[in-house]
Amino acid sequence: MSGSKSNSGLGASASSGHAQGQHSHAHSSHEDCGHHHEPMPARGSRRASAPTGEVLVSGRGMTMSRGGRNILDHVDIDIAAGEIVTLIGPNGAGKTSLVRVLLGLEPPDAGTVTRSPGLVVGYVPQRFERDAAIPMTVQRFLTLGARAPRDRLQHCLEEVGAGGIADRQLAQLSGGELQRVVLARALVREPKLLVLDEPARGVDHLGEADLYALIGRLRDERGLGVLLVSHDLHVVMAQSDRVLCINRHVCCHGVPETVAQHPEYVRLFGDAARAFGIYQHHHDHAHGLGGEPLPPIAAGGGDKSHA
Amino acid sequence: MLEPFLVRALIAAVGVGLVAAPLGCLVVWRRMSYFGATIAHGGLLGVALGLALEIDLTLGVVVVALIIGGLLVGLGRQRIVPADSLLGILSHAALAGGIVAASRLAGQRLDLMGYLFGDVLAVSNSDLAWLGVGGALVLGVIAALWRTLVAVAVHEELAQAEGLHVARAEAALVVLLALTVAIAMKIVGVLLIVAFLVMPAAAARPFASTPEAMAAIAAVIGGVGAALGLWLSMSADVPGGPAIVLVLSAASLCAIAWSARKGGG
Repeated sequence: MSGSKSNSGLGASASSGHAQGQHSHAHSSHEDCGHHHEPMPARGSRRASAPTGEVLVSGRGMTMSRGGRNILDHVDIDIAAGEIVTLIGPNGAGKTSLVRVLLGLEPPDAGTVTRSPGLVVGYVPQRFERDAAIPMTVQRFLTLGARAPRDRLQHCLEEVGAGGIADRQLAQLSGGELQRVVLARALVREPKLLVLDEPARGVDHLGEADLYALIGRLRDERGLGVLLVSHDLHVVMAQSDRVLCINRHVCCHGVPETVAQHPEYVRLFGDAARAFGIYQHHHDHAHGLGGEPLPPIAAGGGDKSHA
Repeated sequence: MLEPFLVRALIAAVGVGLVAAPLGCLVVWRRMSYFGATIAHGGLLGVALGLALEIDLTLGVVVVALIIGGLLVGLGRQRIVPADSLLGILSHAALAGGIVAASRLAGQRLDLMGYLFGDVLAVSNSDLAWLGVGGALVLGVIAALWRTLVAVAVHEELAQAEGLHVARAEAALVVLLALTVAIAMKIVGVLLIVAFLVMPAAAARPFASTPEAMAAIAAVIGGVGAALGLWLSMSADVPGGPAIVLVLSAASLCAIAWSARKGGG
């Protein structure tokens, strides 16, 4: 689980560096899954090409089954410094399992996970269950992941928009406040890789926009690598450099489309809508009961995920 | 002036109260009170083993407590029998085994009531020495591992993802419980040890805002409660261990009731 990889081309993984055009006919000719793209000008904050940062964590052929069910089926993934990789897929698609394997919380049945040596990871789990039996101020909670002086803790809290709550009890926070505090705990560690499992869950829409803006800033200013998990197939950060759609196997991957102009989102979020992207995704192939992809109806297409 | 046996009793009771309380906080946070009771029940088996093998009784207790702790962790990996049922099986097996072994092997050399409920007034100088060394060891290990132990108690997965050694913390807790059982058994008895772990922690909870404060307050409550209980035992001429446990239970129930009235905070 150690050993560094050189950063030669990061495109190494099948899951990165897709040209947009590749999918332009995806809906009619694809062997896996296609997506709609409305041609969009590249946004300033998003790189058109794959980032060239050091690969922080890399999984190859990760396969896992539990109770006779395939949860992960030969999944490849790379996350490099300075890029935001969004993992999407329906419920039960194995997103959280993939994250757990990448974090080293569970070993894969097959395949390898390589992390760059000394990698500091900040992790925001999907659900954070508080335990009122443990007295815990927000400030003390922040230092559970790493020691830091009080002003740094305060800075991290302000960064996530939770400046005034350092002395409150964890058990008394609202769901949204708790989410921010858990993120702040990750930031106190000064991570190189930030892993967020459905971070928008439990925060309101305004908070969600702030959250995505913060993640984009962290990537831009500190060069963090970010792995973001979302079960929402439609909403993906505009700042995502790459999107990986999995349903036990890698369905498809590539550069996401933004929705700054999408009327639905502009109406819902106003200015905040600019922080959002949409990634329309139509599953064109069925999955069997065990989750295995069924043979495509039409052959051909350019998706490399099963190459 | 206090009689020497009373001084020894006071030192022993207060010492156990102080040492057990911080560990007790971890036991409460990790919902391990029944786990602790099961390990404690193994203590009697350990005494019988020590007598049979003619080794130091405290050593026998530590060994048996560790074996039971290992069994609990190992068997706990299966999912078919729930953890609390497994504890129910092992805890009573240990207790029954201990009583059977004690009656077979030890005959009249063993003061069964003393080991079950403790005999604080019969504490010897060598018991005190064990308490001093063992207690310092327990507190030292807790202090050294405190950050990890707390982080794991708060959120195991997050702690592991942040690179802390969860399995090591788990093992350390088992060893600490075994050591605490060994040093506290003669003083408070295998059936009452868990009270020294859980009650001061529960009594401290409503008054603490951080894990460290809770451990410190629990230690004070444990120590003061032990002294008060001993005084109660002397003045009312009742057994020491149970008297201390009554004082500690009164403290924890009052604290819980107070915090419930306040609204759960």
